Amino acid sequence: MSQLIKLNDNVAHIAENEWAVVQLPPSLVEARKQAGKVVLFKLTGEKTVSEEQLSGTVIPESGKVIVPLSVFIARKTQLQSRINAGEIGVWVDTHEVLADLALHQADLNQLPIIAVHVERFADGRNFTLGVLLRTRYGFKNELRAIGDVLRDQLFFLKRSGFNSYLIRADRNAEEAMLSLKDFSAPYQGAVDEPRPAFVRYNRTA
Amino acid sequence: MYKYDEIDQRLVDERVAQYRDQTRRYLAGELSEEEFRPLRLQNGLYIQRHAPMLRIAVPYGMLSSKQLHKLADITHKYDRNYGHFSTRQNLQLNWPKLEEIPDILAELATVEMHAIQTSGNCIRNITTDQFAGVAPDEVVDPRAMAEVMRQWSTFHPEFALLPRKFKIAVSGTKEDRAVVQMHDVGMEFYLDGNKKVAIKVWVGGGLGRTPILGAVIREHLEWQHALTYCEAIIRVYNLHGRRDNSYKARIKILVKALGIDEFRSQVEAEWAHLKDAPNTITEAELARVAKHFEAMPYAALPAHDASFDAAIASNPAFANWAKRSLHAHKTAGYRAVTLSLKPHGKAPGDATSEQMHVVADLAEQYSFGELRVSHEQNLILADVKLSDLFAVWEKARANGLATPNIGLLTDIICCPGGDFCSLANAKSIPIAEAIQMQFDNLDYLHDIGDIELNISGCMNACGHHHIGHIGILGVDKDGSEWYQVSIGGSQGNNASIGSVIGPSFSAEEMPAVVQKLIDVYIKERTPEELFIDTARRLGVAPFKAYVYAKDEVVA
Repeated sequence: MSQLIKLNDNVAHIAENEWAVVQLPPSLVEARKQAGKVVLFKLTGEKTVSEEQLSGTVIPESGKVIVPLSVFIARKTQLQSRINAGEIGVWVDTHEVLADLALHQADLNQLPIIAVHVERFADGRNFTLGVLLRTRYGFKNELRAIGDVLRDQLFFLKRSGFNSYLIRADRNAEEAMLSLKDFSAPYQGAVDEPRPAFVRYNRTA
Repeated sequence: MYKYDEIDQRLVDERVAQYRDQTRRYLAGELSEEEFRPLRLQNGLYIQRHAPMLRIAVPYGMLSSKQLHKLADITHKYDRNYGHFSTRQNLQLNWPKLEEIPDILAELATVEMHAIQTSGNCIRNITTDQFAGVAPDEVVDPRAMAEVMRQWSTFHPEFALLPRKFKIAVSGTKEDRAVVQMHDVGMEFYLDGNKKVAIKVWVGGGLGRTPILGAVIREHLEWQHALTYCEAIIRVYNLHGRRDNSYKARIKILVKALGIDEFRSQVEAEWAHLKDAPNTITEAELARVAKHFEAMPYAALPAHDASFDAAIASNPAFANWAKRSLHAHKTAGYRAVTLSLKPHGKAPGDATSEQMHVVADLAEQYSFGELRVSHEQNLILADVKLSDLFAVWEKARANGLATPNIGLLTDIICCPGGDFCSLANAKSIPIAEAIQMQFDNLDYLHDIGDIELNISGCMNACGHHHIGHIGILGVDKDGSEWYQVSIGGSQGNNASIGSVIGPSFSAEEMPAVVQKLIDVYIKERTPEELFIDTARRLGVAPFKAYVYAKDEVVA
């Protein structure tokens, strides 16, 4: 069974996964992408991915693929016709900077899908990245959570603008879907419902 | 105080169902230990030395009689007949069973209570002044805003899994009693030049391993923007706070790394997008919530009461208690009363089920059915008539709640420590008890005067040792328990972080060490000086010299 949950008009269903995720080849140097060092990367311009990794990434010749942000940026010219054909999506890691994506892809809505990869479910940066993609960058297409995606984060992912969730392979996606409805009347405004409870409801009674 | 409407009630009911299912999946092996951990933590459940510890939220320290009765019943039914009031104004149970937590939550939900976000890497319980609403020096009652912020922070989706815990305090008085400078975000409410409520916002304060006083990120914020401005701050923190090392993951480390000016400019850039977004607080919403915190229906009373004055004159024990335990009130003829949870030789902050019932009854009978928990771990009846104080005292005294030591040396702030907490390096409760017994003389305590002694069993600083006039920190040296002593810390407007006096001591040495610190103070003080004043004037040196002086050999 597919591990993919999709949300259409607030109705969740299990869907076939049409998109293959392209991975970077393993780096020979130790990966330095821990959180917090991002600030440093930004200040120093230090790259997190090597040239060898970028050129060595294998992108399937055909079909719908989601490529790493760094590869998308480095090899955009080569991918342009497939981008135009709607066959290319982009995935970002939680330490990556969305401004880099926007800088190289002025119209994000040319991408049918953006995915945010979370290495450990306890890393809550994906929520902010979702919020920013929806509210700051105006991304309207499919926003997918990939990686260590578990049932108990789904409600927050939904509220942060994600409408597609690839549940970790060893978990039951059908059951996970239930948690999208954990709370029926949340207090604060968020992406899925920008109005807070005090605006949505007449609470003066 | 705030009463739930249907929206609030539905949320806590749905929370009970959600947590019941999470517990079921954990017990069935469908959730790993690691996966369950943040879920149970965000519900205040720690796995401790003997049993899980459950931390129940007491939002900004306010409780009704009905709620306290329920807490008493819960500690009786599910625990060992007592609970521990914490420095975050919450209540902790030391012996609940993991499988019974969902039932405890269901019982709490019947009295509009929960354990949401009392732990974990999320926005925690928002704390404030225990005398909010009645303090004569209050400029703005911060409770309505604290409640608005409580609702906003509850299950905030973007901030569900922050790099580390996030604590907010609010205050609206001239003399800060909420320690706003020691919080991740501190909000100081005041009236601006146009007589409008405004907020001075502090960021990046905190205790723990790296104690730092917060910096002012914004001098003037209109109250309507409290939520969106916090969102901007926490968003910058969520993206850039360190996640590779939990000891360096608090916002204070980020603020320090970037510098307050750079941090501010990033926050302001973010806020430029968020300002006036739908989470901007409306007049109507603040008014709706503020209705719950309107002044009590006070009687019109004279400023003096003959029966009270007579009792003070004729009963020295009552007079002693009144001197320490009563606090000025906005309204003539009323006082706020602190009930001491610090009887000498008992764990500070602990209350038995019976004591909770007694306090709930006292609140019902004499204080409009409400009470507060202070971050000094005592209970407060905020609205008692002068003419009722003697009756309150008698009943409190009969139940071990009237030790006249509020603000004195034995009113010790103390975390649960190594007896209960799996994070602790050392025990803290036995140290507190030993010090209380060393100074078990009320006349002497009164002579020493106002002083704050705070004890933490580890770097996490739940006992706020950095801001104690005397601070004691449990440390681990080669597997045994030692205690590091600092002096000169302080809460309040003039907050400061204490200085360590020197090498640490064994548990047995601690009462004598504190005794020596007090001896130096008694010897050196000027007539008007409190311990903290003398410590600030003289610095560490004379205290250190006396404490570490080699005992003279008696010939």
